[in-house]
Order: sequence, then C-alpha cells, then structure tokens
Amino acid sequence: MSEGLTKSAARNIFFGGTIFFLVILVALTVHSYGYIEKNSTDVAGITPGVEQGKAVWERHSCINCHTILGEGAYYAPELGNVWARYGGFEDADTARDGIKDWIRSQPTEVEGRRQMPHFEINEQELDALVDFFKWVNTIKTQNWPPNVAG
Amino acid sequence: MKYETQKLAYPYFLAAMGLFVAQVLGGLLAGTVYIFPNLLAEAVPFNVIRMIHTNALIVWLLFGFFGAAYYLVPEETETEIHSPLIAKLQFWLFLFGAAAAVLGYLFGIHEGREFLEQPLWIKVAIVVVALMFLFNISMTLLKGRKTAVSLILVMGLWGLALFFLFAFYNPSNLALDKMFWWYVVHLWVEGVWELIMAAILAFLLIKMTGIDREIVEKWLYVIVSMTLFTGLLGMGHHYFWIGTPGYWQWIGSIFSTLEVLPFFAIVVFAFMVVRKGGRDHPNQAAMLWTLGCAVLAFFGAGVWGFMHTLAPINYLTHGTQVTAAHGHLAFFGAYVMVNLAIITYAMPHLRGMQPYNQVLNMWSFWIMSSGMVFMTLTLTAAGILQTHLQRVMGISFMEVADEIGFFFILRGLSGVVVVIGVLLFVYATLSTDKAQVRVGGMKPQAAE
Repeated sequence: MSEGLTKSAARNIFFGGTIFFLVILVALTVHSYGYIEKNSTDVAGITPGVEQGKAVWERHSCINCHTILGEGAYYAPELGNVWARYGGFEDADTARDGIKDWIRSQPTEVEGRRQMPHFEINEQELDALVDFFKWVNTIKTQNWPPNVAG
Repeated sequence: MKYETQKLAYPYFLAAMGLFVAQVLGGLLAGTVYIFPNLLAEAVPFNVIRMIHTNALIVWLLFGFFGAAYYLVPEETETEIHSPLIAKLQFWLFLFGAAAAVLGYLFGIHEGREFLEQPLWIKVAIVVVALMFLFNISMTLLKGRKTAVSLILVMGLWGLALFFLFAFYNPSNLALDKMFWWYVVHLWVEGVWELIMAAILAFLLIKMTGIDREIVEKWLYVIVSMTLFTGLLGMGHHYFWIGTPGYWQWIGSIFSTLEVLPFFAIVVFAFMVVRKGGRDHPNQAAMLWTLGCAVLAFFGAGVWGFMHTLAPINYLTHGTQVTAAHGHLAFFGAYVMVNLAIITYAMPHLRGMQPYNQVLNMWSFWIMSSGMVFMTLTLTAAGILQTHLQRVMGISFMEVADEIGFFFILRGLSGVVVVIGVLLFVYATLSTDKAQVRVGGMKPQAAE
C-alpha cells in the first residue's frame, strides 16, 4: 500500500496529521465545555450539598460497583437515574427517604444476592448524596438511559 | 544483549510479573464474588477487590513499559542509559507507591474516580516517577541514534505522562469531570499506549525476523498515524451520553469505527514481515506472543470495540457486560500480550541464558489466550442478554443479574484457566531448564 511512500514522508504525515486532529479535538472540547455549562447541566443547581454529595460518592468508591451515566463497574445498578427510578420528579420527599432508607438498611445479607456494604454515612451526608443523585438526574444526556431500569 | 544498562529492565519485568499475578488473583476473586455474592461481602467488598484488580493491571503494564524502554532504548539508540541510578531510584519509588496504594485500598484509603483511585500523594509520586523516567530516556535518546522505533516509543511515554495530568482536575460538575476523565483514560488506551505497543512490536519484529528496518519504520509511521488520526476524535464514542453535545454521536461513531484500521494493519504487517523475513529466530515463544498480540489486539480492541461503538447500538449496550467483554480482551490482546512478548524476548538475555523453557512458555500462551477468549465470549453472551432484558424490555438490573448468572459461572471457570496460564508463564520465565546452558552473565551475544 505504501510503495511510493518514503519514511520521511510518512513521518511528516504522522506529525502533521496528529497536530491537526489534536487541534480539532481541543476545539471541540472547548465547545463542549461551554455546552455543558450552558445547555446540558444545571450549573446554578450545584449547591454545596451536591458538591459534598459527590465527595461522599467518591470517598466510598461507589463507582467500583455501580455505574453513573453508564460508566463504572457493572456489578450494581445505574445511579444516574436513581432519582427518577424512585419517583423523585413526582414525589421528592418519598424518593429521598426511600434512597436514604435503602442505603441505611445495607447489607441485606440475603443469601445469593449481591451485597452492598454498610457505609458510615451520617444523616447530613446522606442528604448530600441524594442531592447529588438528584442533580445528576437533571443532566441532559441525549435521553440515555433508554428506560427507568437504567 | 549489547549494552550493560539494558540490565536495568530486569527488576521492572520482575515487578511486572509479580503484580500480574496479583492482578489475576484479584480478578479471580472478583469473578468468584459474582458467583457467590456473600463471599467476603463485609471484609473486602467488591469495590475494593475491583480497585485492586484494575490498578494492579495498570501498574504492572506501566512497569512492563518502563522495563521495555530500558531494554530497547540502548539497543535502538546505540547508547547506554543516561543514568542507571535514576532508573534504580525510579524503580523503588514506583514499587513503593504501588504497594502503598494497594495496601491503602484494603483499609479504605482511596479517591473515588474509576482507575484514578490513587490518593493524591501517590498521584504526585507517579508524576515524579514519570518525570525521572522521561528525563532518563530522553537524555539517552538525545545522545544516541534516533530511530523511528525509539522516537515513537518515547513520544508515547511522554504522552502517557502528559495526559495523566488531567487526573488532578476533578470539577464538581459531573459532566465536566467525565469529559476530562476520558482525557486520561481514552487518550491512554486508545491513543498513546498504542504508540508504545506499536513501537515495541516493531522492535521485536526487526530483531526476530531480520527484516529491513526501513520497511518496518515506514510502516510504523503509517500505523501510528492511523492510530492517532482515528483515535483522537474516536474520543467521541465516550461523549455520547454524558451531557456532551449531540454531534459527538456522528464524530464518535465514524472515527472510532476507523480505530479498527491500525489494528488490522498491524495484523497484516506482522504476518507479512514474518513470512518475508525468513529468519528462524530461536525464541519461538517470543514470536508466538508477538503474533498473538497482533491478532488478539485486533479482535479485542478492534472487532469487540466496533461491536458496540455505533451510537444507536451503544445507546442500548452502554454500561452493560458488553463493555466488560470488550475491556477484558482489548487489554489482554493489546497491552498484556505486548508486555509478555517483550518479557519473553528479553528475559533470556537478561538472565544470561539460552532462550529458556520454550515449551512451557508456549503452553502458557495457549492456556492464557484460550481462557481470555472464552471469558470474553461468556461476558459477551451475558452482555447481549442483559442489553435485551434491561434496555429493551425494561427489567430491573438486579432481576437481570439473576437471569444471566449462568454466564458468570462460566466466566469464573475461564478465570481459573487464565490464572493457571499466568502462573505457568511466570514459572517458565524464571525457571532453569536442564537443557539450558548458562552463557556467562553480561557477555554480548552473537545471535540477536
């Protein structure tokens, strides 16, 4: 395929092309940054609670069992839409209590069922975590996931 | 072995193999928990096991890359490594950081973003280690002959360090967090790591087939061009559903489909070179791993990646076991096998022996590879079922998990096979066979 191509020509194509595509990637990333801040996420809604909730999420490494927006481990349910699954958009108080009770009641210790550990999370942190889930569920994700099962 | 400082690779390869064993044992344990979910549920929960499994993988692959660089850069540049002392310090610092990270995970000390769980001070240590390494290798390259192989390798390693810096940026907006998280993860495994892999394979093919370097290096540039021209914008296939604009569905689908091309080119080129080269290199095991790497990287990264990369398909499969299937065979085919290839090639030289236990090593190749292929098939079956039940029919995650449990039993069994293969590889690489003749430590060898 490359009979007429010399090594130095191939090298120049490599460096030139790489810079070209890198520039496009950076430009699109900059545009996407603006899109996320203006269109797809509720920046004003990132309250201290949401921020703290994200920190709680990270401290307990939830991502290594669950997925969030489809990324993470595949051992436990998707949580990007857990707010919707608990009916949070219709009845926020019931959803909040439901999620908090669920976390508090772990582990189920049901034989043969995947176990979520017991985490030391206080009341205020639990609320923050729910704030975070609620906020994440408002991200405009091109309508992913396909249904409430996540 | 022509250069004294190539010996610096030896401890790196040892550490790589040690962590490789830890990684697959962690994997085996995680796979067992899938079958018996109550096992260790409180003592060592699944998320901790998985952190160890993935982090040990990343770290041992890095140990392998560092070792590969210390082994091949002197030969390529025809120059001794700039500072053996830095190489040794770098080794111990990295080993200490890796051990501290894993121990910390067991005690719940970690950050919380996937693959970037290392505590901040260990992330800083990783950067320090990378800078020491890059300084050392770059100084060597500047002094010596600049071949395409060494240039691409060093470029890949610089990229690796550079893109890791995004690990320090963790905005509170999850969509932004994810967008830049991929700057580490995607640009590593679908970008600069492929440069490292291609350079190592090129080195192995030059050494083992005796083919004209000019031809290999021209192809190397063509292949890494294809890699980055498709892979940089192939980033788009991670930007489908995380709050990023809709145009990524077009860009990601098209460019990530084209990411298959460089892997296909590597297969075609590797077999062509071996056929034309005609030299019967005594280290047949290294040749087997080299060609095996080309083939399974094509299937794991290429075919299994393509399978779920088109946006309308990914809409359904995103975040299911289909991703796990692809992830396992892609990492094994591309990065595990390239490391095992260079280790298999270099170890006899480093240990001052004739190419050692070939038969056992080749058995480990077939056992490990068939275990991984079978594992991938079981996860693929689980993933397709999960996609249908959960994404099409809307059945809840936990109910679906019960439905597809049979495949996780099969996956667990394939994991046992893989572990046997890995242990056999380590034994074959480090053992001393009766038939082997010890050929004085550091003497330059005629047969190369």
